[in-house]
Order: sequence, then structure tokens, then C-alpha cells
Amino acid sequence: MATAVRSRIRTLKIDGRDVSAREDETILELAEENGIFIPTLCRIEGLSLVGACRLCLVEVAGMNKLVPACLTYATEGMEVFTDSERLRNYRRMILELLFSEGNHICAICVSNGKCELQALAQRLGMDHVRFANLQQERLVDMTHERFVVDRNRCILCARCVRVCDEIEWAHTWDIKGRGVDARVITDLDTPWGESDTCTSCGKCVRVCPVGAIVEKGRAVGEMAKRHDFLPHLAKMREAKK
Amino acid sequence: MIPQEELAKIASAEKEKQSKFEYQIRVCMAAGCLSQHKDQIKLALEAAVKEQGLEDTVKVKGVGCMGLCAQGPLVSVEPGNILYEKVSPADAAEIVAGLDKKPVERLRCDNQQPFFTRQVRVVLENSGVIDPENIEEYITADGYEALGQALTEMSPAQVIDEIVASGLRGRGGGGYPTGLKWSTVAKAISDRKYVVCNADEGDPGAFMDRSVLESDPHRVLEGMAIAGYAIGANMGYVYCRAEYPLAIERLKQAIRQAKRLHLLGESIFGTGFNFDVEIRLGAGAFVCGEETALMASIEGRRGSPRPRPPYPSDHGLWGEPTLINNVETYANVAPIIRNGGAWFAGIGTESSKGTKVFALAGQIKNTGLIEVPMGTTLREIVEEIGGGTTTEAGFKAVQTGGPSGGCIPEKHLDTPVDYASLAKLGSIMGSGGMIVMDHTSSMVDVARYFMEFCMSESCGKCIPCRVGTAQMYNLLTKIAKGNGTIRDLELLEQLCDLVRSTSLCGLGQSAPNPVLSTLRYFREEYLAKLVDTTSPNGKTAPDGHAS
Amino acid sequence: MSKAPSKVTVATVWLDGCSGCHMSLLDMDERLIEIAKAVDIVYSPLVDRKTKDYPEMVDVAIVEGAISSSEDIEKIHMIRAHSRILVALGDCAVAGNVPTMRNPYLVKDIESRAYIENVNVQPQVPDQVVPKLLPFVRPIHEVVPVDVFVQGCPPSADTIYFVLSELVAGRTPDLTQRTRPGA
Repeated sequence: MATAVRSRIRTLKIDGRDVSAREDETILELAEENGIFIPTLCRIEGLSLVGACRLCLVEVAGMNKLVPACLTYATEGMEVFTDSERLRNYRRMILELLFSEGNHICAICVSNGKCELQALAQRLGMDHVRFANLQQERLVDMTHERFVVDRNRCILCARCVRVCDEIEWAHTWDIKGRGVDARVITDLDTPWGESDTCTSCGKCVRVCPVGAIVEKGRAVGEMAKRHDFLPHLAKMREAKK
Repeated sequence: MIPQEELAKIASAEKEKQSKFEYQIRVCMAAGCLSQHKDQIKLALEAAVKEQGLEDTVKVKGVGCMGLCAQGPLVSVEPGNILYEKVSPADAAEIVAGLDKKPVERLRCDNQQPFFTRQVRVVLENSGVIDPENIEEYITADGYEALGQALTEMSPAQVIDEIVASGLRGRGGGGYPTGLKWSTVAKAISDRKYVVCNADEGDPGAFMDRSVLESDPHRVLEGMAIAGYAIGANMGYVYCRAEYPLAIERLKQAIRQAKRLHLLGESIFGTGFNFDVEIRLGAGAFVCGEETALMASIEGRRGSPRPRPPYPSDHGLWGEPTLINNVETYANVAPIIRNGGAWFAGIGTESSKGTKVFALAGQIKNTGLIEVPMGTTLREIVEEIGGGTTTEAGFKAVQTGGPSGGCIPEKHLDTPVDYASLAKLGSIMGSGGMIVMDHTSSMVDVARYFMEFCMSESCGKCIPCRVGTAQMYNLLTKIAKGNGTIRDLELLEQLCDLVRSTSLCGLGQSAPNPVLSTLRYFREEYLAKLVDTTSPNGKTAPDGHAS
Repeated sequence: MSKAPSKVTVATVWLDGCSGCHMSLLDMDERLIEIAKAVDIVYSPLVDRKTKDYPEMVDVAIVEGAISSSEDIEKIHMIRAHSRILVALGDCAVAGNVPTMRNPYLVKDIESRAYIENVNVQPQVPDQVVPKLLPFVRPIHEVVPVDVFVQGCPPSADTIYFVLSELVAGRTPDLTQRTRPGA
């Protein structure tokens, strides 16, 4: 189309507050704009949305199913509830499930104090995990010159897979296996250090929300990450296409 | 390109060919019966016919499933309506010799028993009657007539109207109104649209789709082509699991045959309507039966679901509008076009029209494939058609809907089979698997079995399903082993609620159903296995490990 | 009871942990004096006790460490039976933490590593005095019900002070957003 499409404006309610939105805005974007907190883990600005972590589920009046805020667009007259007792319980339980899946011992993690999962556990008030740990053992790959992947700390948010595919255009990362056996792999599940697609750009390290993909040589609590580079790069990539 | 009259010519030629034979011996060549003697029975019968010099009067023909798999291998003789059960190659000579004399009594199977007489066959009308490997036989049985009728006498809108009028609902499990789905995809504006047939049947104990594809593959192709015409698509895909080699083989052959007669391909019936069908094989992942995962798999990507909306009708294969229906749904299309939507709507109940194919399995006498009108009660299916349980222990529950369904106890057996009634009981219609259990089955073990299935079939994308199913399985194991406490049971129930409410796709959302339904009807069995049922805040818990 | 009825009886217990949580408890420094006015420590590795036995009933049991051995199992059942409120103090008690890192390995391999492979003099796995290791290290609430969970490795002195003050005041401490695993 030659001219820019004019976006229509919607008005709706989030947690009882009147807000206005463009029709292409999601509930999550709107909530953030209005200072309303909705937890997320798999979402990261600049990468495609997958709706996989289910933490951002919200209630919408008149709908019997919960909807992911990251993928649901504003509609006229919509009434959204982001913080009901039911949602709080679900979110805590989802975190408990994540903690029970792998090794999430914060005390000895390089990302201690700088981890999105840990921060959410604190913010959402998860004070213990009711489920027994699944006691899985997953492979730690230290073959890369500069980076390490500890799959025991991975939460399978697939940010690494997406950033590598969508921004770096290398597609070194992918996911293999299913259910609790699913894990992130490099190339065709060959050692990371031997990868001929990996450009060693380190974007996967920077988007990983936990201490799963990290730089070598970091001590406990040292692995700070920044991903503010992403939205800009994403725009540049879009333009290049 | 063949004009429509050509169909009639092919049919009459085929009829004439067949009328030369005095007797037709039909041998089941579907997977169930083939599993016992492969093609040896057919070969032995042919040899016996030759030996007794009857090649000109007796035709031995392979046909599809006759239904009563428990008594297989099955062989029938026409005329005379004689059915033989548990046939072995050694019986061939005797069967052939008895053709114009007395039937072989020791092999006779009573085909006047309720199993046969209570069925109404629409989808399975040709199963066990025609040779699935012979397109001429399908044409003789009015095959491709509906396609010709649709293409030459009806507009796409009229086809859709007929489907809407029939009241047909999706037979894959969800029960979404088929006419509405078709009209939605028809409405979507795009140069390119797709028709997809979901043949990724994966429920334990279910073999309806396999049987239809093995017994009457052309019927599915015809349904897809009619759908393609109705919605404006020129390309169809059948997504079939690779574990069904015979179904795939027959389907491939059927596509070849239909293309040869220009019933698929370019300008079908000279109308300018093109429709091609390709097969895509699934690598045995249950989740690929979920439509968004199925499409990802066809596109060559990892078969994991994505959130809906957007729905396939709007954003499907390669982003184009796509119609996805299941095998049985497409199998209903040709008869609806042939006989009219009103005819179909006359079968079944107010909200659930037509018939439904069920695969009876478990501790039931007449294991096999049946087709009954919607609204038939579970009791009729289990006790009359199914012949009751095989064991002394007596009926306990029937599981419908596979791992997404639930267990229905004796007291609800008089429920009519329709979408709403089964949902009210905490189960679902599902694709048609029906597993009967007697009193020797522990319902905790049953729930645990289905949870193990869901756990190992979860794609792992969303957390509630990936870890939730594993933790539900662990809690069920703990309870089944007698190590569970009332707190474990409470936690299990909370987890069921979470996984049902928050999972990304239908697999996760329905995974707790077997637990919830067994808890609903057989809670005492769970309680009996707990170590401590009395004090939720008890001071001690057992030392046993979680799993 | 010989104690003044107004004082809250407290026991502290050290299971499979590093004692860091007990150190953090001592880190309350001068606030210990204030706490001592309201609390009577009746059983603890930190104090001299007249008897070796756990009292018949204490108001609050504060337990550090995970459940690792047969002795831990016996102790925690005993403690639960003789305590009104059970506080799991620190990540080992709450989540298993560092001790659970042995869980992927078989007990016999761990014993062999500790008592045979790395030993020069008389290598042998002890079968007396040292309690038997369990196949898995587990947090306390997987064995007995826990009333208050205090996360942290270790929980800060401020957190412990808050917990004790609330318990002394007869309230269940609400630790939402006050604690997190690992710190």
C-alpha cells in the first residue's frame, strides 16, 4: 500500500482502568504503557512472540478461556483483568513447575541476582516448590571458546533459538526432543565449539533470561546481561528484508 | 479429462465384468485381519478356486474392514450373505467346495447378531464390500458421482449450503460445525488456499481413520476434492502417520488411479476445476494431530503448536487460508452431496447429526469397528453391539476420547452418544476410540497410563503441559504405589486445574481429563490408596520418594 | 513448665547444611538481646544445653539444612511431632539447594569417591556411627509439613529478625517479596 494505514483507536478497561489503544497494540504492550505489571519470560522485545511461558495469561470478561496478553490485541469495550487471585496462583505454580524441572539452585549460579526467573519468583511470592524435582540430568557444553550452555538451568523459552534465527540469521540454535526431554541444541546436536554456523556473536548469551547460556570465567552472581540492543537490531533486520 | 457420463460407462463395464461370476468370495485385507496370515488366505482361496476349476465362476476379491476384528480373519461369500470367522489358509478348499453346496458350518459367523444389525453404515458403506485397490469398484458404488454433481450442477455456495444443512460436525474430536468451517475458509480472500486431511490418528485404542483409509480411500479423496471446490482450493494434503503403511499405500494408489481417470488433477470433469492431493507423513508425534502443529509439520518445521488466533481458516499453511478436517469428516461429504443435507440431518439427534464410527477395544467381546447413529446409548454400544465384557469381573467403565477424554461409569451407560452429553459427563466424543474396562482395572492406573501418554507426547513448548504432565504423572505414580497423602491428591487436583486452564494447545488443555473423570466417578479408589486420608495438616508424611 | 509462660520456646536444628543460616542468625548482633527477652532457646547447636534431648514440645522449631540421611529423617519426624511451628530456614531446608547437587549420582559412587578413591590410609566405607545417605537429598516439606518458608542462602539477619519478631508477636510472617532463593 502506498500510504500508511491509519490505525483505529480502541478504548477498553484494564484492571478497572480506562485505557485507549491502537488496534495493533497487544494487552501486554498496553499494560506496560500504563504501568501495569504482567509477568513474562519467553517474550523479549525485538523477537517474535511464541506465547509459550503462559505467565502473561490474563482474564477477559465474557471469555471463559484465559488469553496470553502478549498475543491478544485490544478490542473495543474489552475488560481485562491481569491480577486476580486465580492468575496469581497459576503464575506461582508455573514458576514452581519450572523450578522443579531442572537445576535452579540460585546460590551457586553465575546469574544469581541478575536472573529473570529468580526475580519473578521473588516478585510473585513463590516461597517454595511443592513438586519434587524431576532429577533430570542434561548435558553441559563447554566446548565453545567463550561461552557455556548449562542445559540444566535452561527453561526452554527459545529466546536463543529466535535471536540466532531472526537477528543473527545463523540458526545455530534449535530444540530437539519433546516434553521434558526437549532441550536446546547447537546445529544438529553437535558440540557448540565445533559449530560452523555459530558466529560467536554472543546474542544468545545476552537474551538468555537465566544462567543457562553464559560467558566463561564468570563467578557466582557476576553474569549480568543486557538486551537493549535487540529492538534496534530487529528494526534494521526488518528494513533489510 | 472425462465427462461425467464416462463414470456411468466405467460403472456398467465393471458391473458386467463382475456379473460373469456366480460367486464372490470377499477376503478382509485391512490391517487387523492381515496381521494374522498376511495375504495367505486370499492366495489360498485363489489357488483352491483354480484347483477346483472355478476361475470363470468364482471371484476372490480383497476388501476392506468388515468390522468384527475380534473374530478375524473374516471372509464373506456373496450371494448368500455368508460370513466366515477365524479363517485360516487351510480352510480355503473347504470354503470353495462349499460354495454351491452347504456353507462350512464350523466357520460360520452369525451376521444377524446385533453387532451387524444395529449398525447404520454411511462412512463405512463400502468397507468390506468393495476392493479398496480398485477405483472401478468405487465408481460402481456411486463413487465420484458426488464430485461430478458438485462440479457440474452446483455452485461452491450451494455445496457449502448442503454441508451446513446436513449439520455435520467435525469427527476429529472437537465437533466444530463443518459447514461453518467451510464457509469461513470460503470467505477468506486469497489466490491460494489449501485443503488438509488430518489422518494423524494417535489415540491409544483408536483405529477408525486407519480403517477408512485402508477400506475406502477414494471416499476421502472425493470428500477433499469437493471441499476444495467449495472453498476455492486447488491443493490438498493428507497428513498421515507413518505407522499406517497400508493406509498410505492404498491412498497413494488411489491418488494415482484417480489422476489416471482425471478425477483428480487438472480440469476435473472438464470443468476447469483443478485439484491435486499429496501425502505428507508424520513421524509419530501425537501432538501433530493438533492443527497448528500439523501445519508446521507439513511445512517442514518442528511439529509444535502455536497459539490461536489466528486460526487456520485465516492463516494456515504457508500463511494461506486452510481447511483442516479429519478423515471421517471428509468420508461423510460424498454421501451428503449425493443424498442431500436433509437426508443426513435425518440421522442422529437434534444437536449431533449423522453417524459416528467407533473403535471398540479393551475388555469387550466384539472388538472391532462399528458405525452407529448419533444418539445411540453407550449401553447399546457396549452391551448389545459390543457383546459385553470378556471377563467374569463385569463392566466397570468405558473410556471415550482417548487421552483427552474421560472414563464413564456403569451408572451413566444409558447416556446417548452425542457431543453435548459426553461433555456433560466430563468426557468427550473424541475421534471415536472406546476402551472398555472391567472391575479388574484400577482407575488410578488408568489415569496414570493416559498421563504417561500425554507426558511423553507433550511437545515441550509451554511449561504447564511440559512439566505439568510430568508432575501429574509423578503424583499419580506416588498415589498408585501407596505412598501418596491427601496433600498429594490436593496438589494433583490443583495441577489438573492449572494444566487445563493455562496450556497452549488442546493436548495440554485436555491432558487432565482422564484424571478428573476418574476422580469424579472413582474418587474412593484414590482415597483407598492414600497413606493418610484424614488430616490435611497431619504432622507426618511417609518417607517414600516422590516417584 | 519451668519457663515463664510469656516466653516463646525456640529450638534451632542443623541438618544437611553449611551452618551459614545459623551464622546469619548470630548476625542479628545486638538485636539478639532484644529477641532473647521474648524467646527462650531450649535446643540448639549454638547454646549449651542441660539435656541432650529435644523438649516434649517447643513453640517454634527453626531448621537449617536439607534431608540427606537416615538420621535426618528420624530427626525431622521427631522435631515435627514435638514442635508447634516448623520454620524451614534457608535454601537447603526450603529447596534442597547445594546438597541436592549429589542427586544425579548414585550413593555408592559418592561413598566410593569420598571414602575410597581419595583416601590413602585405610580406605573403607563406614558402616557404623556415620548415618546412611538417602538416595536423594530432599527439602524438608517433602518429608514433613512445614509452616514457614524462609528462602535465602543464607537468609539475611534482617529477614530472620523479621521472622522471629512476627512469630513472637503471634503472627505468621508474610515473606512475600521479602525473600528470594539464592540471596
